[in-house]
Amino acid sequence: MVDVRDGKVLKVTGNECPKAELYAISEIEDPARILTSSVLGQGLILKMIPVRTDKPISKARIFDAMKEVKKIRVTVPLKFGDIIVKNFLSLGVNLIATRKAE
Amino acid sequence: MIKRGLVIVGGGPAGMAAAISAYENGVKDILLLERDQYLGGILNQCVHTGFGINYFKEILTGPEYAERFIEKVKNIPEIEVSLKSIVVSLLPDKTITFLKPGRLETIKAKAIIMATGCREKTREMVHIQGTRPSGIFSAGLAQKLINIEGLLPGKEIVVVGSGDIGLIMARRFTLEGAEVKAIIEIQKKTRGLLRNMVQCVEDFNIPVYFNHKISRIYGKDRVEKVSACKVDDNFNEIQGSLFEIKCDTILMSVGLIPENELIEMTGARIDGNKTSVPGIFMCGNCLKIYDLVDGVTEDSFLTGKLAADYIRVRHPSLQR
Repeated sequence: MVDVRDGKVLKVTGNECPKAELYAISEIEDPARILTSSVLGQGLILKMIPVRTDKPISKARIFDAMKEVKKIRVTVPLKFGDIIVKNFLSLGVNLIATRKAE
Repeated sequence: MIKRGLVIVGGGPAGMAAAISAYENGVKDILLLERDQYLGGILNQCVHTGFGINYFKEILTGPEYAERFIEKVKNIPEIEVSLKSIVVSLLPDKTITFLKPGRLETIKAKAIIMATGCREKTREMVHIQGTRPSGIFSAGLAQKLINIEGLLPGKEIVVVGSGDIGLIMARRFTLEGAEVKAIIEIQKKTRGLLRNMVQCVEDFNIPVYFNHKISRIYGKDRVEKVSACKVDDNFNEIQGSLFEIKCDTILMSVGLIPENELIEMTGARIDGNKTSVPGIFMCGNCLKIYDLVDGVTEDSFLTGKLAADYIRVRHPSLQR
């Protein structure tokens, strides 16, 4: 059970692990998601390179993030896990490649 | 004819896990055939997260999950990977013929593991009336077009069925700027995972119509609209419930079917992860449809061991 007042969590009860409490608070107060998409490669074997944020970002910023993702062009080979954009949209997360692109 | 130890058909998560497991259980000659130009199978186009929670205790995307196995396979010299290799025939004596760029090869294997995955059901299989315009895609094909080819198949989308791929593609289209007008599900509830209902549908306020079906598709060259209606417990139209949805694209997410054309060629019966032909084994989605890849990996390790045990008993010379 999650007691909520004015969009803020007062108390989480009945959870079986501490992670659930943090998750419940996040889901109510500022839900966050890992954004996954794919970006255009140029001059690489892969046309599209799959990417994700290395940490969840606020759900409210997902569409801003997608706008930025669409502008990205990858022109150099990447290893899986390489950072494509550091501190993406100043959100404190990195946008990383999830597949090797040669 | 060239003789080989273990031949595995399909380089997706099932085939790769089976190959690694067969090697770890002592098989020293393994040929892994993959028709695409990369290993990884369907995982390559599943760029969303949700893979590996059970197996790796981590949340990974499809390509990340695949990469862990691709690396492992590449580091085992006893596993020969043959890409762009399409099997065209399989005989009960374990003779396998495949086409690769420039040549046709026939191999006699000691054992074979089929890991050929599954195929999506199409519009034709769910009997929707109407015209046959362009703009009707299976959800997985649309996923490939967006994530691998970088093409957006349409702007105003109706999803038929609420399987996981349909839900995931509803989100994917929304992120790409398309409008998902409806998800139409004939059953009372989703066939997909709860987390996909929350993170793909509720997050983006996509309308879901349970107990509804598409009754007709309209459009001459391109999809123009569909009509939908509410259904009763026997899936028959409830009078007066018909309404229209304007759209240019329809995604079919109505189920998956194991792909077993090659097994049928041998006349073998499927019996769990074995078949009625000694030495032909099965794993992954061609055996049964899995919700999560983690289960595919675990079960395919067992099939790999089974094939290794078979070779050990029948062909002791192939052991390391």
